[in-house]
Amino acid sequence: MEIWNGHFECMDRLDLKKVQSERLMETVERSYFNVPYYRHKMQAAGLGPESIGSIDDLHRLPFTTKQDLRDNYPFGLFAVPMSEIVRIHASSGTTGKPTVVGYTRHDIATWSEVMARTLKCAGAGRNDFIQVAYGYGLFTGGLGLHYGGEKIGASVIPVSGGNTSRQIQLMCDFGSTVLACTPSYALYLAEALQENQVDPSDIKLRVGVFGAEPWTEKMRREIETKLRIKAIDIYGLSEVIGPGVASECMAQEGLHINEDHFYPEIIDPDTLQVLPEGSMGELVFTTLTKEGLPLIRYRTRDLTRLTSERCRCGRTMIRMEKCLGRSDDMLIVRGVNLFPSQVENVLLEMSEIKPHYLLVVDRVNNLDTLEVQVEVDEAFFLDKISQLEALRMKIQESLETSLALGVKVTLVEPKKLERSETKAKRVIDKRRF
Amino acid sequence: MVIPQLSVFIENRSGRLTEVLEVLGREDIKITALTVADTSEFGILRLIVSDSEKAKEVLKGQSFTVNITNVISVIAPNEAKHYARLLRILSDRDISIEYTYAFARGSKAVIILRCNNNEEAIKALKENEMELLNASELFKI
Repeated sequence: MEIWNGHFECMDRLDLKKVQSERLMETVERSYFNVPYYRHKMQAAGLGPESIGSIDDLHRLPFTTKQDLRDNYPFGLFAVPMSEIVRIHASSGTTGKPTVVGYTRHDIATWSEVMARTLKCAGAGRNDFIQVAYGYGLFTGGLGLHYGGEKIGASVIPVSGGNTSRQIQLMCDFGSTVLACTPSYALYLAEALQENQVDPSDIKLRVGVFGAEPWTEKMRREIETKLRIKAIDIYGLSEVIGPGVASECMAQEGLHINEDHFYPEIIDPDTLQVLPEGSMGELVFTTLTKEGLPLIRYRTRDLTRLTSERCRCGRTMIRMEKCLGRSDDMLIVRGVNLFPSQVENVLLEMSEIKPHYLLVVDRVNNLDTLEVQVEVDEAFFLDKISQLEALRMKIQESLETSLALGVKVTLVEPKKLERSETKAKRVIDKRRF
Repeated sequence: MVIPQLSVFIENRSGRLTEVLEVLGREDIKITALTVADTSEFGILRLIVSDSEKAKEVLKGQSFTVNITNVISVIAPNEAKHYARLLRILSDRDISIEYTYAFARGSKAVIILRCNNNEEAIKALKENEMELLNASELFKI
């Protein structure tokens, strides 16, 4: 199977370490001099650019969190003048303010490069038709896959997310060979094909590149059987670059991290100590080449483990296991990031209900569902069904607007939902990952 | 002329109605009328009881969401035409009914009504010589 950039992807690990060390020093220097936030944080820790002589010194640097991005909303952590920024993406955040990321022309080139590697990992090439059913827009999924697809010379079909009947039509008429979307949507499409009595042998799909949400091996087998394709797991987050941070190869034994661009560490989320290779812990990334938004020791909150054992495919890039858990309370529902506090903020603004709630996440017919249970305030409870229904709709609409996600609101009896000053149980996730 | 009616918010799940009635039963509360309005997820239990204030307190003590709403009670022969006449009187005055329920005892029927304007409704019904019941009369039925 072809490798897009053998020079880096199959580099001897000692040589790779030299590349990483040089790039880290450049990144630290640029961040220190161009981003006040990083300068102040390093100064407070008694560090300067000269403190970092190689990748082995990385552990001395302070961490960066999503909160830091939020505190510097929207462009505070950018390391170049806005005239150098050619693209802005954003993802939803806890306080209603999104997490904003900016790319220079060079960053877009890097992103296209790592996405080209990703697609080659999945066995795609210039003769493929790539149906990009990730959303296009502020979300990085659509455009990330798009640029990577063009880079490898494939024919890209930018259909974007949703509109299942059109997805099926294009899949049949254009003869799409590669499908890119969330794994839950892939399963949904598989079932829609069955319902529309489309014979899998009438479509030319060969492989799928699926990411943006956690999915199990069981789900993989189901997708592979139903669509008769190979399902490849890809990983990324917009803060780091978007999709393209890591990807499985055809061996499907872990995701190769493009570590010449994104350096991974695994830490203990409680003690914040770096853990030895092979330990399960929180994944932390330092970008090594990014110009627009360099990130130093960014805590992803995703839990996984790493192995640098040589892969059957020949790539030497370190591999991470499929991410199945997180070290914070963030949920990923239909590919959308969701913090319980977002729901709380919406509910607090409504006088008719008490700010007690429970989120119930489930997967029905392979699509995530989100139910929000809320308590009706007694002062508001009159005895009209229509009034309660109107209240339910009002809450539902406010939540949907704020979360950019379909929600089902259920009114429940008071004191049914747990009260606690410290850690109330706010989420029941019935999905099995 | 209005009658206090107890409204209880209950989730649509098995055993919940039992719990409400057991709580009231322990306090020797008597029930004259009862109806449930339901949606797929929740319902409103409406009750006319011997001591609505006491019933409200004991239910609140058990964490139920309870309220007291005023309704109107009319007694008439148990023939459809009487119910129809009553409704016509109200609709002719543009008074809308939020909900209504009824029960009969022998040839007499008691109709409970909740209108968007109870005072106007009472006035209209009296003018048309419909027989209204107050709370103590209702209990003697």
